Amino acid sequence: MGKSVLLIEDEPNIIEAISFILSRDGWAVSTHSNGHDAVGVVQSTQPDLVILDVMLPGKSGYDILREIRGHSDTSGLPVLMLTAKGQVKDREMAERIGASRFMTKPFSNAEVLEVVRELVTE
Amino acid sequence: MARDTLTGSRIRERRIMAGKRQAELAAEVGISASYLNLIEHNRRRIGGKLLVDIAEVLQVEASLLSEGAEAALISTLREAAADVGRADTELDRVDEFAGRFPGWAGLIADQYKRLGNLERTAATLTDRLTHDPHLATSMHEMLTMVTAIRSTAGILADTKEIEPEWRNRFHRNLNEDSQRLAESSQQLVSYLDEAGDAAGGLTLPLEEVEAMLEAHEFRFDMLDGADDAALESFAEQQSVLSSREAQQMAVTVLRRFRADARLLPQKEFAAAVAEFEADPVAIAKSLHAPLAAVFRRLACLSDELMDLPLGLVMCDGSGTLMLRKQVEGFQLPRFSAACPKWPLFQALVRPMRPLRQTVMVTGRDARRFECYAISEPIGALEANIDPLYHSYMLIKPLDGGGPVAREVGSTCRVCPSVDCEGRREPSLLAHSA
Repeated sequence: MGKSVLLIEDEPNIIEAISFILSRDGWAVSTHSNGHDAVGVVQSTQPDLVILDVMLPGKSGYDILREIRGHSDTSGLPVLMLTAKGQVKDREMAERIGASRFMTKPFSNAEVLEVVRELVTE
Repeated sequence: MARDTLTGSRIRERRIMAGKRQAELAAEVGISASYLNLIEHNRRRIGGKLLVDIAEVLQVEASLLSEGAEAALISTLREAAADVGRADTELDRVDEFAGRFPGWAGLIADQYKRLGNLERTAATLTDRLTHDPHLATSMHEMLTMVTAIRSTAGILADTKEIEPEWRNRFHRNLNEDSQRLAESSQQLVSYLDEAGDAAGGLTLPLEEVEAMLEAHEFRFDMLDGADDAALESFAEQQSVLSSREAQQMAVTVLRRFRADARLLPQKEFAAAVAEFEADPVAIAKSLHAPLAAVFRRLACLSDELMDLPLGLVMCDGSGTLMLRKQVEGFQLPRFSAACPKWPLFQALVRPMRPLRQTVMVTGRDARRFECYAISEPIGALEANIDPLYHSYMLIKPLDGGGPVAREVGSTCRVCPSVDCEGRREPSLLAHSA
């Protein structure tokens, strides 16, 4: 089994598509679809990478990232943030909080794969 | 009030500017000081040789005294000068300019108003684009759909070998997402169409409501017995109310006026006005009515029941002006924040306590007004919850001189008062003086 990715995203068809692409590339993909208990899932599953949507029900991706960075066992975890908001201030916010990468929707499958590979190799 | 009925006021203004006492001017044109006093307070008509003689003594053209220039026009020109901030604008000659070149002055005033409206429209649209939650949600929804479609389509196009089960699932997902995208797009287009209509108007909803009230001279006797549906229908028929927001705000005002009319029927109210010489506190006491209702009723009926029409202004607890009935000489600003010295705002910090103050409005055409103000709670009172308040101020023009409690202005930008402790921003008038 390859390295693990936790995808936190609330749109079922995006979850399905990204899961399919990553699985085909050899990643072990697990998914979660709400923000409320996402941090607990990150801690319990200890993935090699988290793909985190900004707009989630229950808690925003920014707040989840803050908590991930606040825990010693997850503070260095690579996190790729996905958002439909491509404004500079959103990107700056993500970088300030500690996102490893920031990707604006809509993105191509190739872009996602490339970034995921880069982040885990790094 | 017709322009030629204010000739006396203009003579008074010009006499004061020239530094002449009433008796002096009267002697120079061969009339008694008491007769000049009546003229100056618009109690006697004036024309012909006497007007020419007075104009000659005051060194102005007679037409400037008889026709003058609309106070609102002059006020708008002053606002325009203040906004541009040019120190070389000859503000001390603004009424001369408006009097001698009314066409050009009107053009400048219209352009200034148009510029202001365009700026507000641009600000509204900018604000909508950056802060409108509906727009942001719609765009997010659409981008999410596009992302899902792009990713799914990419899989179907690029994956050479894909199990039939997955292929069918992705086809179904594509179908679902494309339908959702179509619906979201249609909703967004409808929303933007409506938003475009709302932004297309050159006025704010409150301005439209005030224009409607003024068009009817604040009289809606025909609606006293109307039900809510009839009020809504009436608002929809008013061409000046171009947006739904304006119509809804108008209905709120009309409901209030209807309640006032039912509480204070005109015949009974007119008798009380005559008996108590339009003292709103005495009228409210006599008719057992809330003071704010008496203010509103007096303002609406004053054109018919009294010699001089009364003004009215209302604000909420934030100080935002929500209703204005303009009165000659007491400029109620259209967009700028008002003078903090108005009794209207003092009443907000002393709810339910009626205030009565004689004020002088600053400026060269300074006039005295008696202002009554009251702040009353809105909605039902509940235990341990501070109520919200609406404050009302009734503005009654006064004749002649007399004691004054304080000087008040319209708005800081066009107020000449130099040492005002309430000043928020510099005044171009004070600067140029």
